[in-house]
Amino acid sequence: MLSYILRRVVNYVVLTFLATVCAYMLTSAFMDPTRRYQGRNPPLDPESITRTVDELGVNPDVPVLERTGAWLHRLVTEGSFGRTIHQTDVLTEMVARAGVSLRLLVVGSVLAAVLGVALGVWGAVRQYRAADSVITYASYVLIATPTFVGGVVLMILATRFNAAVGEQVIRFTGAYTPGVPPEFWPRLADTVSHMLLPTIALTLFGAAAYSRYQRSMMLDVLNADYIRTARAKGRTRTSALWRHGVRVAVIPMTTYFAYSFGTLLAGSTFLEVVFSWNGMGQFTIDAVTQSDVNAATGAVFFAAVLVLISSTLSEILYAALDPRVRS
Amino acid sequence: MRESTTVRAGPVVPSGPSEAVLEVDGLSVTFPQRSGDVRAVRDVSFTVRRGEFLAVVGESGSGKSVSATAVMGLLPSTARVTGDVRFQDRSLLGMSDRALSRLRGNRISMVFQDPLSALNPVHTVGAQVEEVLRLHAASTSPAAASARAVELLRTVGIPDAARRARAYPHEFSGGMRQRAMIAMAIANDPDLIIADEPTTALDVTIQAQIMEVLQEARRLTGAAVLLITHDLGVVAGHADRVAVMYAGTVVEQGTVEEIFYSPRMPYTLGLLRSVPNLTTAGTERLVPLEGRPPSLDALGPGCPFAPRCPLVVDRCRQEEPALLPVGTERRGPLPGDPGRVHAAACWRAPELESGAVHAADVFPRPAGVAARTVADDGETVLEVTDLVRHFPLTRGAVVKRRVGTVRAVDGVSFTLRRGQTLGLVGESGCGKSTTVLEILEMARPQHGTIRINGRDVAQLTKAERRHLRRDVQVVFQDPMAALDPRLPVAALVGEPLTAQGADRATISRRVAETLELVGLDPSMASRYPHEFSGGQRQRLGIARALSTEPRVLVLDEPVSALDVSIQAGVINLLEDLRDRLGLSYVFVAHDLAVVRQIADTVAVMYLGRIVEQGPVAPLYARPRHPYTQALISAVPVPDPGVEAARRRILLEGDLPSPTAEPHGCPFRPRCPLYRVLDEDARSRCRDEEPELRALGPLTAACHHAERNHLLVAGRSGAGTRSPAPRAHEDRSSENTP
Repeated sequence: MLSYILRRVVNYVVLTFLATVCAYMLTSAFMDPTRRYQGRNPPLDPESITRTVDELGVNPDVPVLERTGAWLHRLVTEGSFGRTIHQTDVLTEMVARAGVSLRLLVVGSVLAAVLGVALGVWGAVRQYRAADSVITYASYVLIATPTFVGGVVLMILATRFNAAVGEQVIRFTGAYTPGVPPEFWPRLADTVSHMLLPTIALTLFGAAAYSRYQRSMMLDVLNADYIRTARAKGRTRTSALWRHGVRVAVIPMTTYFAYSFGTLLAGSTFLEVVFSWNGMGQFTIDAVTQSDVNAATGAVFFAAVLVLISSTLSEILYAALDPRVRS
Repeated sequence: MRESTTVRAGPVVPSGPSEAVLEVDGLSVTFPQRSGDVRAVRDVSFTVRRGEFLAVVGESGSGKSVSATAVMGLLPSTARVTGDVRFQDRSLLGMSDRALSRLRGNRISMVFQDPLSALNPVHTVGAQVEEVLRLHAASTSPAAASARAVELLRTVGIPDAARRARAYPHEFSGGMRQRAMIAMAIANDPDLIIADEPTTALDVTIQAQIMEVLQEARRLTGAAVLLITHDLGVVAGHADRVAVMYAGTVVEQGTVEEIFYSPRMPYTLGLLRSVPNLTTAGTERLVPLEGRPPSLDALGPGCPFAPRCPLVVDRCRQEEPALLPVGTERRGPLPGDPGRVHAAACWRAPELESGAVHAADVFPRPAGVAARTVADDGETVLEVTDLVRHFPLTRGAVVKRRVGTVRAVDGVSFTLRRGQTLGLVGESGCGKSTTVLEILEMARPQHGTIRINGRDVAQLTKAERRHLRRDVQVVFQDPMAALDPRLPVAALVGEPLTAQGADRATISRRVAETLELVGLDPSMASRYPHEFSGGQRQRLGIARALSTEPRVLVLDEPVSALDVSIQAGVINLLEDLRDRLGLSYVFVAHDLAVVRQIADTVAVMYLGRIVEQGPVAPLYARPRHPYTQALISAVPVPDPGVEAARRRILLEGDLPSPTAEPHGCPFRPRCPLYRVLDEDARSRCRDEEPELRALGPLTAACHHAERNHLLVAGRSGAGTRSPAPRAHEDRSSENTP
């Protein structure tokens, strides 16, 4: 079992490496960092532009393969992703921002999974009843809503709530309030207050999709013979469903968690922008809009690592739940 | 159960007052549906006494399973259930789920048909047995429950129970899973065990084992058994009393002897005569029961069997007969115990009883085509020599290592002549399907040769191979799964011709011709498969195979998915087609009675090899290989008299994994003969792999085939030879004086 997971991890590491190299080659081929310096008034000296992009290793006049070689060489020898267009180190920049993003992503995806599974099971058990219809329509509405719209709606609601209470209970600009005393409790309260809205948004969007899948999985399980066996053994319907149904119905979800993690990541990118969090989401969007090859590659690397981790976790979960794949 | 030769369990009749355990009175179950209410069960009444074995027999859709599920209170909430179900004088209908849950698994337990899906795949078998123990005795400690679970698994014959209890269902074979299900069913010493088709998904050898375990369970717990089945053979061998269901209601009930020897309802008569019987098969034609059961959402006023009944009179169409006692002058209804006498729901039962209508004439045996002379010198249409198909067993994701070989087919040879039928039999996993797939693939085999019409398929070009496919066609087991539901019959039946590139006119002509051949109306060509009954669908499958005018038909379990009453018609059709069109069949089946009926020669396969081969009559009358002996002895005969006199050779365990390297005789670990041999003889079995050798008309791969009388005479007097072909036919047709 352990060796199986190790083999999968090695497999994923190789994939992550390939994805990052491909990302570098693609961004190098299509992004032109020199445009940022052109058309300025007064115009910049072309030579100094060339010098700057040469230093960054992103001169579009150098063949892509050659640049990739140099970039790889630096990555392997120095462990560096190069510098951003603002002359800061990509890796340092990412480390500084990753914490904020991970806080949102980890809490959001775990909550989304739990809520999605619970709603899906509930909807399946109450198929065609009121609760099921409400969950179904609500999740379709959410799935059809763009993430940022949801974020903005939540902000409007929070503003009204704050106005009604007469106090700034929910804070939704930035990841924290500057100038909060550095003691533990005030910091925690402040962080939670800022996290509330983006986390709710991410959880709802994730749970909406998960609940649909979980519902159909659970419906299959409801009619399974072993549920009938459990009832014939003397379990009540509810007890049979919880003891024998849910675990089996969650098994295929673990794979879906891994696949859908990318969607969640995209959702959180927009949410960070909407809620003005200075995290990896903002970093990614800046890198792309500014044609910053090195930073964009770093952002792809970050996403790839997260997908790697979530896939590995989902495989471990799968094996833990299903004895049939363990051997 | 440890012994290889076991005497059939006698009926366990309790010595004390035999009070009723279960009384079902006027039970009706209706499923409301938009197209109309489906009346799945209509006014069903029966009683099961303490320790009694009641079999409820019927075809699919007869309402037998729904009745059992209603007793357990496990029907979906949409079902409307009326009537009364009393278990030990407590009414079960209307009881809350919670109150019923205290009875289920405790006083009433249930064994289901498919033991793979009935067990939870993610919990160990031991845990699932412990669960039922702890559910009904909350004070049981986990350690005590787990010890008791192991003990129960040992009781039902699971070897190495302590270790196997920690295994998961997917690590168990089908027979072992069903044993585990029985262990759960007897865990709390119940008063009633409901077994819903418990052996239908299993091989005949395993079926015999499981029925023994069920009888043993009944002996241990003293529980009554309610067996739901379609298999009359199993009923004859095990039940005390029988209720026959048709179209949602009981049409006849009585003791097993009454039902088998003096049936008074034409449906029962027809059912009994349509079953291929090992003792009579091959000597006479089967009697088909034409037509299909009525659909339960639009039942007319009369007897539901009237449209299929040869004895139908006007009254049958107007008024449904009630289940009334027959032969009252002889037995008379027992006071205070209604529904326990021989009763039939038929207006003409009194005439059958008095002898005014002779039972044998109700379903006359159809005349066979002119006596078959199977020419042994006919041209050879299919010749398989030393065919081998091994599958590598690999492990590892990146670098695949070969860790073993599945020897699916391991040196099989046979010859099929024009007009002949070769029966290929064996337990599931013995390689019979792989063998026919290799033939159908027409590619160069891994080893050995396949010659079709004298041509070695390994040397064919692509075009020649496609052309040769005309000559070899196939009919599959499940007619519904084998027909695309979105294509009309014309396209389905003509498909092999389309693949051969035939022109439209030819195709439509052949479609009409073949539909006619299989007894369907050519005007049905524009319909879709769902408009046909099971038997008709299999006829479509046969028509499709015949469309290219083939010389060889490969029939892969062609009747095993069909109801008994429909099987007979399809088998008769296959016999007729073979004789009229000069076809040759490779007939793969696990039902030895069906093979006895249709085959000329039989090859018995075990672990990828043929262990015995020869003409059908001597092979069934006096098999030489211990495996064949055991297989034949495991087949239940639908005749209680024959069953009572029979001694079974029970095989221990399951078919072993075909990955083992052969060393000595592959059958040795399960061989009943090996166990009674002396040490000298045994050492030969261990060291030397037996080759097929001639033994009179047969060939068998056994070193000690000459000594197989040890099995017959040694432990059991009656022997395993097929009993003389008497009993069933004569006795079912005779009228009680």
